[in-house]
Amino acid sequence: MARQEKKKDVVIVGLGWTGSIAGIELAQEGLDIVALERGHDQNTVPNFEYPQQIDELKYGVRLKMMQKPSQQTLTVRRDGGETALPYRSLGSFLPGNGVGGAGTHWNGLNWRPQEIELKLRSHVVENWGEEIIPEGMNLGDYPVSYDELEPFFTQFEKVAGISGQAGNLNGEIREGGNPFEGWRSEDYPMPPMPTTYDSAKFRDAAAAMGYHPFHAPAGIASTSYVNPYGMQMGPCNFCGFCERYGCYQYSKSSPQTAILGALKRYPNFEYRTQSEVLRVELAADGQTATGVTYWDDVAQEEVFQPADIVILSSYQLNNVHLMLLSGLGEAYNPLTGEGTLGKNYAYQMNGGVTMFFRDEEFNPFVGHGANGVCIDDFSISQNDFGAEGFIGGSYWRSGTFNGQPIRNMPLPKGTPSWGAGWKQAIGENYGHAMSIGSHGSHMSYANNHLDLDPTYTDRHGRPLMRMTFNWQDNDLKMNQFMKSKMEPLAASMNPDLMQSGFKGEGAMYDVRPYQTTHNTGGHIMGETAREGAVNRYSQSWKAHNVFAMGAGNFVQNTQYNPTGLVGGLAYHTVNAIRTQYLSNPRPLV
Amino acid sequence: MTDLPGYPSRRNFLKASAAGVALSGLAAQAKAQETTPPVPLEEYDRSYLTADEWAFVMAASARLIPSEGDGPGAIEARVPVFIDLQLAGDYGSADDWYMEGPHDPDAEPARGWQTPLSPAEIYRQAIPAFDAWCQETHGAAFAELSEELQDAALTALQNGDVGLASEIRDFFTILLANTKEGYFADPQYGGNHEMQSWVYIGFPGARAAYRAWPERHNEKYPLGPVSISGERA
Repeated sequence: MARQEKKKDVVIVGLGWTGSIAGIELAQEGLDIVALERGHDQNTVPNFEYPQQIDELKYGVRLKMMQKPSQQTLTVRRDGGETALPYRSLGSFLPGNGVGGAGTHWNGLNWRPQEIELKLRSHVVENWGEEIIPEGMNLGDYPVSYDELEPFFTQFEKVAGISGQAGNLNGEIREGGNPFEGWRSEDYPMPPMPTTYDSAKFRDAAAAMGYHPFHAPAGIASTSYVNPYGMQMGPCNFCGFCERYGCYQYSKSSPQTAILGALKRYPNFEYRTQSEVLRVELAADGQTATGVTYWDDVAQEEVFQPADIVILSSYQLNNVHLMLLSGLGEAYNPLTGEGTLGKNYAYQMNGGVTMFFRDEEFNPFVGHGANGVCIDDFSISQNDFGAEGFIGGSYWRSGTFNGQPIRNMPLPKGTPSWGAGWKQAIGENYGHAMSIGSHGSHMSYANNHLDLDPTYTDRHGRPLMRMTFNWQDNDLKMNQFMKSKMEPLAASMNPDLMQSGFKGEGAMYDVRPYQTTHNTGGHIMGETAREGAVNRYSQSWKAHNVFAMGAGNFVQNTQYNPTGLVGGLAYHTVNAIRTQYLSNPRPLV
Repeated sequence: MTDLPGYPSRRNFLKASAAGVALSGLAAQAKAQETTPPVPLEEYDRSYLTADEWAFVMAASARLIPSEGDGPGAIEARVPVFIDLQLAGDYGSADDWYMEGPHDPDAEPARGWQTPLSPAEIYRQAIPAFDAWCQETHGAAFAELSEELQDAALTALQNGDVGLASEIRDFFTILLANTKEGYFADPQYGGNHEMQSWVYIGFPGARAAYRAWPERHNEKYPLGPVSISGERA
């Protein structure tokens, strides 16, 4: 029989960005809170200290900050006709592990969605008609609007400490910012970061073609900064070790730099690491949860943690897995469209061009994860879907982010992969290349979904989650459109050599190369219990005292990195709990 | 060379990054004091590889990154030591990976790692299988072949023309990846000896402090690399 812990007002599952936000905001209400974290504890000191953190092999290649598949993973197949096989070693995406979660090892790109991305179905139907929506695409509107979320985007940006330059301040378009962004009530908390050589070249070439370059919005401190919780950040020194690393100098936005130090000072908050939640327990009537059962990896036993409110704030994939295992809704059936859990899993469609300039110096190791200049001239709000034959868009960016040579060694196509030719090429090319990336939207489809695997189990005997996912024509067409627009821009810069990498028609999902850790959907928001697993407040339709936060809420993925929307939705949810739910616990919709 | 337990040579490291080129004479002096000559590869005390496997890894890595031309080869960088240590550690035994069955080693490559074998087990099974192919095709084990025949054999291995069993079919991919890792990883892992590969390409290693550099456009960064333990080159 499981050990039982003292009842808490709130149990938080996973202490990354959204768990930390829920923790500190609900701690301010005086609630008695425990956060359960599957992984280890980690903080800037001692875990991310210089110089031990500056280790490409350990963190960049052997992925020691990431979820270990031996502890938790899933299976993958491209369509219902394939047998799903385990994602045995990490490749395509890298869920985090330990306190801070993916918010610790991310790159720091912090975007808001465009207004129409949250009402994309309506935007498409109003402008081109329902008939342009491809068969099998589950195009939807979010049940919240940009205007409703705007104060919460602002709140998250202040907490996380974002550097950038407003392009649309209360409707007024500002020179140097992104003219196509959603309106913002305040400018960024910090000014933009300095511009590296590749970014400057891209900026000038883009401006010459009539595009609108602006600084990437960076969760990287450009100045010293104190956030609303009193947490301090120091300016980034372009060390070039962001993605896959913890920041050694308090410059990258993370739960550690922005929230956890303040949160740990609340006596009504505690957290337990190496505590892996196995399931949410439902009351006999099935209408509410009674708490969670977790595995205490130190004591090697199951523990029941009773609580009045359950916040699911683990990584998107793990949230969906827990909800499927706990019966927090019906599993999605792609054939009938019934059920909501696992519905609308989506990803990101990316491509890019690499340019070689034999006689120019880019110092690729001088950079940060959110470095660069962007354009949004081919973003979702700018594309004529009817004329182009796809629904979607992308932002483009150029900026050095790491020059770590095991993984970042662009070489001209046709270079031998080994031998004297390879060795000569690395000497000739390292530091003399730059790239432009296209970071594109990914729609939701009946084919792409999550459910439980019939064969493989984890160390607790639970079924692994099964991902059914493949690239779809709509997004591949969008990617090819970006190629056709980006190549002329790259050519205008007169490189000695340029080469493109954009997936096209017929591309099959390959789990091996790293692509992006922007896994979305699976416990999406819906206007009704038929459409989504949670309502507009991330509240479970099945059990009203369960709130599931994070990118699992996304109806379809946006064209941007997800963290800004994740943070905004988390503050929106926690605000609803504070102002509406605590005084009268009930379904809020 | 250790200042504090667990923080090797921080003082020397700081000295190296702050003083930079101006004090290169001093730095060179300090370096001379610190360097102890490594064990010759022929006398290296192996942690995982057998004598035959070591001979293969020495010979194969020497062709994957040859000594000829500019920059160090795998042998000068001591890549075989790196590979031996990695295979002896948790990478070699796939400790972090999900290795439960059933396995489908015949699955198409895009499905990812599906062999039941760990990297260390793949080396153990694939080296004799490949040597047998070399013997049959070229009349000698790989390490005994001429460089020209070694290159031909490695090309056949890379192209999947050696007839390896599905469980070990990815051997070349792993061997090449590990060789490049050993070439570019921090020297604490046994390869990239004296940071020669970083010097060769112009990567400053663990310096990780470039505050003045983002806006110095098209200007080559002048300082040589430092390692995590505080070596410099």
